[in-house]
Amino acid sequence: MTPEAGTELPTQTYTVTRADLVAYAAASGDHNPIHQDEEVARAVGLPGVIAHGMYTLALAARAADTWAGAPGRVVELGAKFTKPVVVPAGDDGVEVVVAGVVKKVDDGLTTVGMTVTCGDDKVLGMPTAVLRG
Amino acid sequence: MLVNWYRRTVVDPSLAGRTFPPTAPHDVTADHVRAFAEATGTPWAEGDPAPPTYPIVVAFAAMQDLMHDPEVGIELRNVIHGEQRFAYRRPVATGDVLTATLTVDSLRQIGGADIIGTTSAVTDADGAPVCTAKATLVHTAGTA
Repeated sequence: MTPEAGTELPTQTYTVTRADLVAYAAASGDHNPIHQDEEVARAVGLPGVIAHGMYTLALAARAADTWAGAPGRVVELGAKFTKPVVVPAGDDGVEVVVAGVVKKVDDGLTTVGMTVTCGDDKVLGMPTAVLRG
Repeated sequence: MLVNWYRRTVVDPSLAGRTFPPTAPHDVTADHVRAFAEATGTPWAEGDPAPPTYPIVVAFAAMQDLMHDPEVGIELRNVIHGEQRFAYRRPVATGDVLTATLTVDSLRQIGGADIIGTTSAVTDADGAPVCTAKATLVHTAGTA
């Protein structure tokens, strides 16, 4: 990518379903029941089953890979998990939207500030990726 | 039961600075990377590097070792992942054998929650660094 600071990157929209969370739990090893079981999620005070924070960060990474133009170019990635992504039962799931703006280009590294939303909520705090090339 | 009159702190504050033993070696297979990528809809073909967040697999194993430690003993369902940061030395490739070594950086208590700052150093079979995974875990007492 050859962007300059201030460039808005193409917004990416992804859908998350409960089945995705089951697959992610198996692949990641994070079997926390709050990502699977409505009763457990509510018992700990959540509004319902929520996506793993790492699931949402993986979607931000997916967008970063897309913007970088090839996999393997992300050299830094991070965020705070500020609001839960509540995933309803059923095949429709919920949409997560990843927007990105180039913050800095320096020495072959591009810093991208992201905004990751679900409905009206920003679900990640200060999500940032640094891309090589 | 007097023991329930106060919520015991999660971990002894002296645990800050403690480094846990490395996690069991994790073989990065094509099948596993594919499953991880597919779960998040990430395009992946054999020969591609693993998705950026893949090292969470070993970092999470390290966090579980921390939670299961007899001196810590907290339940995953009462833990919220507060923050996660990765800094990569190189992408993860199939054929890698990864381990994570977790250090507790900090322990704080805020508003009845325990805030545990951790850093997991992820290394390959040669012991060379692959990435650093910093996680903040927020533990609340839960309902139990």
